[in-house]
Order: sequence, then C-alpha cells, then structure tokens
Amino acid sequence: MNARLTDILPESAEAAAAGPYIGRSVQRVEDLRLLRGLGRYADDVMLPGMLHAAMLRSSVAHARLRGIDATAARAMPGVHAVITATEVTGGPGKAVPTVPLRLQPLPCMEPYRQPVIVQDRIRHVGEVLAIVVADTLALAEDAMEAIELDLEQLPAVADWKTSAADETLLFDGTTTNRGVTFTAKRGDADAAFAAAAHIQRERFTVQRQAPVTMEARGVVADWDAAGGRLVVYGAAKVPFFNRHASAQMLGMPDSAVDFIEGDTGGSFGARGEFYVEDFLVPFAARHVGRPVKWISDRREDLMTMAQSRECEADVEMAFAADGTILGVRGTAWCDLGAYPRTNGLIQPRNIPHFLTNAYRIEAVHVDSHVQFTNKGPAGTYRAPGRAETVMFCERLIERGAKAMGLDPVEVRRRNLVTSNDMPWHFATLTPSAPESSGLSEADSGDYLAAFERCLAEFDWQGKLALQGKVVDGLHHGIGVASFIEGGAAGPRENAKIELARDGSVTLYVGSTSVGQGLETSLGQIAADALGIPMSALTLLHGSTTYLHEGFGSYHSRSTVMGGSAIIDAAGKFKQAVREAAATYLECLPEQVMITGTEAKSPRGRSIGFAELAKNETIRVDGTFANHHHTWAYGAAAAHVAVDARTGDVSLLDYVVVEDVGRAINPLLLRGQLLGGTVQGLGGAFLEEMVYDAEGQMLTGTLADYLIPTATDFPRLRAVITEDFPSPINPIGAKGAGEGGTIVAPAVIVNAIANALGQYDLNPASLPLSPSKLWHMIDDARRAER
Amino acid sequence: MEVSFKVNGHAVKTEVEPRTTLSLCLRDNLKLTGTHVGCEHGVCGACTVIVDGEAVRSCLTLAVQVEGRSITTVEGLADGDALSPLQAAFRRHNALQCGFCTPGMLTTAHALLTDEPHASADRIREVLSGNLCRCTGYLPIVEAVLDARAAYGGPASDATTGHGAGR
Repeated sequence: MNARLTDILPESAEAAAAGPYIGRSVQRVEDLRLLRGLGRYADDVMLPGMLHAAMLRSSVAHARLRGIDATAARAMPGVHAVITATEVTGGPGKAVPTVPLRLQPLPCMEPYRQPVIVQDRIRHVGEVLAIVVADTLALAEDAMEAIELDLEQLPAVADWKTSAADETLLFDGTTTNRGVTFTAKRGDADAAFAAAAHIQRERFTVQRQAPVTMEARGVVADWDAAGGRLVVYGAAKVPFFNRHASAQMLGMPDSAVDFIEGDTGGSFGARGEFYVEDFLVPFAARHVGRPVKWISDRREDLMTMAQSRECEADVEMAFAADGTILGVRGTAWCDLGAYPRTNGLIQPRNIPHFLTNAYRIEAVHVDSHVQFTNKGPAGTYRAPGRAETVMFCERLIERGAKAMGLDPVEVRRRNLVTSNDMPWHFATLTPSAPESSGLSEADSGDYLAAFERCLAEFDWQGKLALQGKVVDGLHHGIGVASFIEGGAAGPRENAKIELARDGSVTLYVGSTSVGQGLETSLGQIAADALGIPMSALTLLHGSTTYLHEGFGSYHSRSTVMGGSAIIDAAGKFKQAVREAAATYLECLPEQVMITGTEAKSPRGRSIGFAELAKNETIRVDGTFANHHHTWAYGAAAAHVAVDARTGDVSLLDYVVVEDVGRAINPLLLRGQLLGGTVQGLGGAFLEEMVYDAEGQMLTGTLADYLIPTATDFPRLRAVITEDFPSPINPIGAKGAGEGGTIVAPAVIVNAIANALGQYDLNPASLPLSPSKLWHMIDDARRAER
Repeated sequence: MEVSFKVNGHAVKTEVEPRTTLSLCLRDNLKLTGTHVGCEHGVCGACTVIVDGEAVRSCLTLAVQVEGRSITTVEGLADGDALSPLQAAFRRHNALQCGFCTPGMLTTAHALLTDEPHASADRIREVLSGNLCRCTGYLPIVEAVLDARAAYGGPASDATTGHGAGR
C-alpha cells in the first residue's frame, strides 16, 4: 500500500513544532482511508474480464485419490476451466511442486512438504483437489458439485499418539511420521536433577487454535500474455519470498512476477505465508489467459489457514531447598497436522528452547517431537510455542514453590534474570537452521524490575487478602507470570529514499503492513531521521515492485528492522542532498546544513528540495542487517472470580507490563498489548479447533470456533516501560506485538488454580472452558465426600 | 431481476439474481467495497449496514429484500472528506488496527448512538458483542464509542474511564 503522510493533518503542524515524532502517540495515517471504507483489501480488487475460482476441497482426512472426473463440470455454462494435478504437471509421471519451508528449512523436512494440489493422496480435510474457474463464483461453486471423485479411504491419524505409533505412515518413502526432534541443551541437566531438593513434574496439553484474521485469505492474479508477466494481488507479510516461490513453481523468472500488497485484514503470523493458492490462482490465470480471483470463505479459512499450538508436554523442574531453580528437563510432542507450513517448525522449536522463560536456569535438556497427523497443517500463530512453554514454566514454578512451602512470588524473584546477568545466554538448540543464531542471547533488560512493576501496578499485596477466598459464592484468585518476547529477526531489511523531479520525497521499505499501523510508526521514524514533517513524505511498502529485495513482517520485526533500514537510508539521503546542493550553494558538501526541505550554506544561501530536484533525481538505498534478536520482556497479573456452580470465570482485573526499550508510538503499542492479551485470553478460555477421530473438522464456523467478543474481557490495563533500550539497533526499540499473547494463558491458569486452592485443582489442559472447569470442580468435590 | 433502493442518499437501480445477497450487490454491482464480508453466516458483523435506521447483516439479507429501502454504508458516514465525530473518535482511540471489522463496528455504533445517545459502557459492549474484532481487544472501540456520544446528543464523557452514564 502507499500512504500519503499528508493525511495526518491536522496534527502535522503541531507535530512539526513539537520536536521528534518518535515517542509520541501520533494518530494513524492509515485510518483516514480505513474509516471511510476506502481501504483496498484482496476482495476489493476488481479487474476487467476477471473470472472467479472455487476450490474443490477434500471432505475426508486421509484417502488415496484413484481418479477425478471433471467432464461434466467442464461442460457446464460459464465454466472456463477445471484444473487438477494433471493440468498442473502437464502430463503423467511428473510430480506437482511442493510448498517450501521459509524458516528452519531443514533437509529432513523434504519428504513431508505439501504438494500444491492433491496428486495421489489426501492428507487433511480441506486439501485442494481441483480448481474451478467460471464467470461467477456461484457458477464455479455449482460446477464444483459436478466433479466425480474416486477415493480409497485410509485410516485417519487424528492425534500425536497414533502418529507416533507409526502404524499408519502418512508419507510414502518415509519410515516415520516424526519429522524431526528439536533438542535444547545447556549445562548438565541430569546432574542438576540429581542434586535437587525438590522436583516438580507436570503433564500439560494445549489445544489446536486458529488465527482467525477477520479478512480471510484471498488472491487475485492478472496474466499479461503479451508481456509474459503475472501480477498477483492479496500479498501480505512476506511478498518477496512468496513471489520467488511462486515464480519458481510457475517456471518464470522472479522479475516477471509481481506480488502487490494491499490493505491486509490481520496476519497474526499466519496470513501472508505461502499457501498453495499463491501458486494455484496465478497458475489458473495463466491457464485461462484472464484475471482470476479467489477469496477464501470462512470455512475454508478455518480449514486451511495455518493452525497452531497443539501439543502435549511432560516436563519437570528441579529446585534447590531455597527455591533456586537448578534445571528443566522433559519432552514435548507437537501435532503439526498434515504438513509443515512455511514456518511450521517454529512452534516445536520454541517450546524446548524457551521453557526457561525469563529465569536464570543453568541446566536444560528438553526435546520436542514434530508429529504429522491428518489435521489442518500447522504454522505460526502469534507467540508460537512461547504461549505454550511460558505456561509450562510458570505452572512448574507455582506448583513447585507451593510443594516446597515457599511463596511462588519469592521463588520468581530469586530466579528472574536481572541486568547483572546480561547478556543472558539461552540454551543451545539442535538441529538449527542459520537464522536461529539470533536466538542465542538476550540483548538487555531487567526481568525482575518488570515483575516488581507489575506487582505494584496490580496492587498484588493489597489483593493477596482475597487469595482463595469465597465472596458471595465466587472463588477469588490472583496469579502472576513473567515472559520474554523475541523480536526483530534478521537477516536484514531494505529501504530506498527518492527525491523526485517534482520535489516530493518518497520512501520505499520492504516491511509489510498487516494492520499494525506500520505506515504511521515508520513514517515517524523517517520524519525524525530526515528532519522533515511527516506530511512531506510518501511511504510505499511491501510490494515487490518497490525494491530489489524485502523481507516483511514476522517475528515482531517490521518496525525495528524497517525503521533501522530507513535510518540508514536517511543518513545517505542527507549526504546525497549535501553533495548535490554544494554545487548550487558554492560551498563544500560538509558545510551544507539541511533544515526541513531546505539546504543552506554557511553564508546563508539556500536551495529548497523542489528546486534541487529540477535538475537531478536523488535516490539512495539503505539497509539494516541483524543477526541478533531484540528481547522485550515483562509480566502480567490477573484477578479472577470463579463461579464453582457453573465453571464460569470473570476476569476482574488484569495488568500487563512490557519493557520495549523504546516506544515509537505508545498509542499503537498499547493497541498491540491489549489486542495481543485478548487473543491470549481467547486461547486460555474459549478457542479450540476440534477434530474427531476420523480427522474431520468440527469447528467450521465462527459460531463453533469462539473468539473473544466485546463483553468477555472488559477490564484490562497495559503498562509500557522503556527502561532498557536495545543496544543492537539505532532506534533502541525491541520488537513488541506478541507479549500480551505469550503471557496470558500462564497468568490465567495460575489465577484460576489459586482461586480454587481449596480443591487443590491442577488445571493443566487448555482451554479452561466453563464445562471443563465445572467437571474438575465437581470431581474434586466428589473426592472430598 | 431489477431492484431499486437508496444508498447513502442516492437512488440506485441494479440487476441482481434472486440469490444475490445485499453484501454482494453493494460490493460487486455498486462497487461500494467499504462493506466487508467476514464470515457469510451472520456471526462476525463486518458486513453490517444500516437499513432504514436499523443495523442489518448484509450477508444475510437478499438484495431483493431492500426494494424501496434506504441504506447507509460506511461510505455514507463521513461528511465529505472529513471524518464524522464517531470516525474521529475511532482514530483518536486507536479503535482499529487492520480495519477489516471497522465498517461494521462504525455502522453498528452509529445506529446505536442515533437511537441511544446515552448508552452506557455496558450497553455499548452488549451491542458490539455481535461484531468480532481480532486486533484491538475491544477496549479502544468501547472507549471511542463512549467518547463519540456527545456528538449524538449524549453526555460528554471521560472516555478513558470506560464508565459512561447509564440510560
């Protein structure tokens, strides 16, 4: 998208007068179009002669595809093509392309990669069998009904235990459904456990969740036969990677394919990764020689947008008698569904690696197994692996401390990493793809200080009187947990600044907007770096047409990485302006002073950008490379009241504190923290993708898959601190956007367990729905009798 | 078949099939793409438009049902290029991120405040609970709607407290 930053009027006049933009709650540039219904999302792209595609998706989880007959469908009125694997390969004997891994592209994943269309074997409900292209969507859907399938049903593998038994192998040519095992190691865990005064061991399960972006995915592809070019709309998150993947599969050079980023209705880690439709729709457009649009409906979206979080863990923590944590050990099993998504290995990687969370734990040995099943393929969803493992860690501390007769808050204080421990080194992970090098150490911070701030903001001491008490029939409890949040993943990001002949300054950046307000935050950074008002800038981002290379938005990276690239470009831009202006001003370049959009000589001569641009275009490239991640951190505390008669939980107070090093825009950051928190609360209380024993998806609508509504969590507070700027980027900012999600389940489970302390409940399985809680309470009461 | 109605004050006449939904008619026939379709089964509320003063799911309404009616979409809320007080409050409070649910939030809130300018925070939450948002966590949206009440003849509120006057 492009943003004319002039849109920020009327604040711009004040803003220019008030000094730096960074650090101020500048209202969003994006809002003026989005609030007036002028945004341009994938489905808003309407091209002349455009046809519509519908995907025929499998209704069974596991089967051999023996035959597919589309004769009748092809003969129906308005149908232009029915594309199956045969059309994709162009003939028998060839295999269809498979979806690449973008992150952690381990060679051992090769046999498990997802074919872009079913060729011989169906592995999950929703897998694409054929694409129908017709004049209207209704006609395409009508024709879809006329396609005949010959299927041989196979036994479904619907959970990780069946998968691990390896009785039904899901991939030909493999001997196991276990794709890989990640191991995190540090120190001598066995020795630590041998020396322990107390060992706390727990078994946890976390449910499968769906990202549910409010805008479902969509792709519009426009084939230009004369130029041999494809333009693909609907790109988000990582357009450059997806363009390359798509071009390779289509047998076209990257330069003949452009991925255009429009407005994006949310990503949360899932949307904008490479999905099979990013190949199939462009292929269809080229096949029929017309523009083709495909927009996912909500059921397709729930079936096919990367799901995440499903895992089980058997983990233990070793304590010294004084509460010092000596080590963590254990095993996790992650149900990745049918295939590894482009980023599917991130959750199973993070679970063992970050079981130590924010604590000074010297001995680690945790394994995490990647298991394939016949469910929807899993990828990343905001806080992948982290929300899960932070809950494991915080429950182990809570339970371990109590078992030892210690105060869990004191145990946390004793073990939280402080500024004296920096740089704190994490466990070593194997196997590890090169980009994981950024995960080796934390950059800066004091996790104990954030924890204390959270307790103070929450009034922990004051609320402690209610702990475990029953008031008017409701059980009150408070809970607390810490977290760390990795961000600003490398390898690099690029930016370009151009002074055009008309005097306008345009900034191009590889970062992408997924709805987070990127145009505003990067506009603030750019305006400060250039010393000009935001209103004098135009910002263009994301699309592959703007730069030779871009990386995008993932791992809470776009503001830090894109912003740092902009700062580099701005420095070069000012130097280029000085050099160009020196000739006119008859002085040396280093003598030229730049004030706003004017260059001045020491003797008081001056030339404006517009005048300067009349004879030459100034264009500079900037880049920022980073092989270390930033580590934002914080803590959250919650006060709940549980109705033991119904299992219903009211969230009476919730405070989350996060130190982000430097807040570019506190208004937007608060939005990230609150929004992220509510997503985490959804995972703790409501959300669950349910599959039956046959691998059939049972939660196919938003009436079945429940996300939070406006009445669920009305009392939340977010506190932002900037105590420890990041030393590894010029802004000092740390990637933030997932922290709220990471910590929410841990805090909630702690608070609920404390509320129900009299029953000694140990909630270890999410979500904590009213019926699940009620059954736990009921069982405990029966046991008492 | 032909259907005639008013959209944002303008009379329109367009050709639809009996099965064409109002959302599709607005988006495809009339190119009013501000109305977003998020679920097509009436749960998410993104497609909400105002039909004769009432907030209605355009994905569950057939185009032929609005014959002779008067419809307001998100495009009709602003005053020319300027944001309406409700839209400006959304911007001030960062009540939108990705913006996809926003048209439905705005139309729902506009219909509510037009009828009930004194709506309390709880009433606002209750009414907005039929509209799903995945980005904001809803707090900024409720704050914005409370803040906008004054423009509809309701109380000038301290929106940051989240507590408005009851009805």
